[in-house]
Amino acid sequence: MDFRFDEEQQLLQSTVRHFLDAECTPAVLRVLWESETARSPELWKKLAALGLTGLLIPEAQGGMGLDETAFVLPLEACGHAGLAEPVVATAAVAAPLLREVAGALADEWLPRIATGDARVAVGHPTLSFVEDAHQADLLLLPRGEDEVHALPRSAVQVSEQPANDPSLRIASVAFDASDNSCVARGKKARALFAATLDRGALASAAQALGVCERLLQLAVSYTSERHQFGQAVGSFQAVKHHLANVKLKLEYARPLVQRAAHSVAKASAQRALHVSMAKHAACEAAVFGAKQTLQCHGAIGYTWEQDLHIFMRRAWSLDHAWGSSSFHLERVRRALLEGAFAIGPGATFQEEQQDD
Amino acid sequence: MKLEYSAAQRAFRAEVRDWLEANAPAAPLKSFDTAEGAAEHRAWEAKLNDGGFAMVPWPKEYGGRGADLLEWLIFEEEYYRADAPKRINQNGLFLLGPTIMEYGSDEQKARFLPRMASSEEVWAQGWSEPNAGSDMANIQATAHRHGDHYLLNGQKTWASRGAFADWLFGMFRSDPTSKRHRGLTFILCPLDTPGVRVRPIPQLDGLPGFAEVFFDDAQVPVKNRLGEEGEGWKVAMSTAGFERGLMLRSPARFQHTARRLVELWRRHANELPAATGAAVTRCWLAAEAYTLDTYRTVSRLAAGGKIGAEASLNKIFWSELDLRMHELALDILGEQGELLPTAPAARGVGNWLDGYLFALAGPIYAGTNEIQRNIVAERILGLPR
Repeated sequence: MDFRFDEEQQLLQSTVRHFLDAECTPAVLRVLWESETARSPELWKKLAALGLTGLLIPEAQGGMGLDETAFVLPLEACGHAGLAEPVVATAAVAAPLLREVAGALADEWLPRIATGDARVAVGHPTLSFVEDAHQADLLLLPRGEDEVHALPRSAVQVSEQPANDPSLRIASVAFDASDNSCVARGKKARALFAATLDRGALASAAQALGVCERLLQLAVSYTSERHQFGQAVGSFQAVKHHLANVKLKLEYARPLVQRAAHSVAKASAQRALHVSMAKHAACEAAVFGAKQTLQCHGAIGYTWEQDLHIFMRRAWSLDHAWGSSSFHLERVRRALLEGAFAIGPGATFQEEQQDD
Repeated sequence: MKLEYSAAQRAFRAEVRDWLEANAPAAPLKSFDTAEGAAEHRAWEAKLNDGGFAMVPWPKEYGGRGADLLEWLIFEEEYYRADAPKRINQNGLFLLGPTIMEYGSDEQKARFLPRMASSEEVWAQGWSEPNAGSDMANIQATAHRHGDHYLLNGQKTWASRGAFADWLFGMFRSDPTSKRHRGLTFILCPLDTPGVRVRPIPQLDGLPGFAEVFFDDAQVPVKNRLGEEGEGWKVAMSTAGFERGLMLRSPARFQHTARRLVELWRRHANELPAATGAAVTRCWLAAEAYTLDTYRTVSRLAAGGKIGAEASLNKIFWSELDLRMHELALDILGEQGELLPTAPAARGVGNWLDGYLFALAGPIYAGTNEIQRNIVAERILGLPR
């Protein structure tokens, strides 16, 4: 029993964190917001060079051959930077989906994702919109709940849906399905979609932790400098308690996310439960963090110029992505009511024991 | 990250489970805040100690079995799973014991720890004074050095277990010219010392769970001092850290309550609004989060880390979770939630009311949650004081 990340995993996080601190500043994000795609091909290439796009791709196909446990810390770093590039859509969701679809499609696309030469978007039967469809070279899309189709962007109609978070690019996607485009159907397709939802939710949850931490840092920094009544407003107990409450939610969401990553990596029977616990807690923390840190900033936080809203919008869009906080709470509630798993002292790691 | 128990850990769990199944009382004991209940609890603690389970993390020579923190978590999980009695000597076992381990001389360890493990000596805590509550550094009770003795004068209050305990630990001002955190000394005092008077105070449940303790030239030998003279604050901070942290409130307790809450909800789910189910789910989820966080912390400690100000996060989290769970249970019970255990219609209702009254104290004792939030803001987030 060791609930810690190894040195290599921690190193990867700090590498990504330092890289993004330098390359993905709020100023850079604002410039991207004004661009047509809101995406940076240079940044994507550099992320690929760090190994991020191919983190879940087998080494034989040019990736790092790592698992979700190793991905969760770098994803948190991506959230901290407010990174807009499609690490969730392409690296955390599409890559493992292609890996499981396997065959020629995987052989063709996985190496290209790993090198940063391709972006792949993924739709889901429970979701209306597809993230990063506007720039995807390949789209993996549902028809009903029983078929996965793979199509190049030239073969689909992408209608962009302007979103509250300028970093988020989502679209409705229509396409004509054919036997040729179908890459999985029936039970297999349903299993792929279930795993896809969990991977998307997990990756969003991990980013939400980073977003929440960034929001807190901005608020601590601002309230330490801003003076009223002759003292820093951060010295007032009312402000302190707002921010302590955010920290509380953040710190108790974190182990849930890390545990969920482990369950996804190990394909645990309780994967969906653990992911929902994590997504609920992490997004609730981030959305709560957005509200509290805005309050602590006062009017300045309500402006477009202040960077706070970059991360507030990330908190909201991550909450809406891959099942909102309440969608996931409901999944947990239903499982708990059914008594689908053991609960109580000593039951937390029961599933892992059965794997022995 | 490896989330499986080792074979040795599984064997340890099985051993604890077997022993508790064979030995834990079948029916709940009376409250340890009654004379009769205190005697029952002392007898249970003696049995637990004979079995070698009174305080498994302690070294063997002091009545423990040298278990590591992970085994401590496993022990606690089994203890709560068995619904075994509350620990009458928790002030000793979980607060003072670890502090003696850190600051006590070998002689003090040998003198106090085995008798603490057996609950032959039950401990009361003497933190608060009438004018030193949240502002603990405002201690006014004095310890005047007189040869190889201290003469204690002044008053402690809200001394948990004071009514039926044998000893009290607390801080006394040994340097009359000192202010605040300086000049305090940590002293262990038998409650039958001449000049010590204990006045039990009934708590919210009507039972004397704490007491006022008056000192009038009470004479205590210098060898009952823990740590150096004037270093009491440092010693006490170590005690308070343990109190807020792992020892006193291991996650099993809240998982146990969460499970009972979930079971209560399942029995009534058809009559309840969906919002109640969501609230129950949040509580269960929070208890799991607390558990996972504790495993994470224990893993870090096993690798040489230390517990710092994050103990304040723990204290806020468990105390507010505990209260929420009991509020919710009483809400589900509706008019039955009003019944005392002696009410004929209270059969099968469980001890939610008692638990609620106890949980209400959580955000107050061991440093109010307002103080804890200040600590989180200043020492973890780095906000200006």
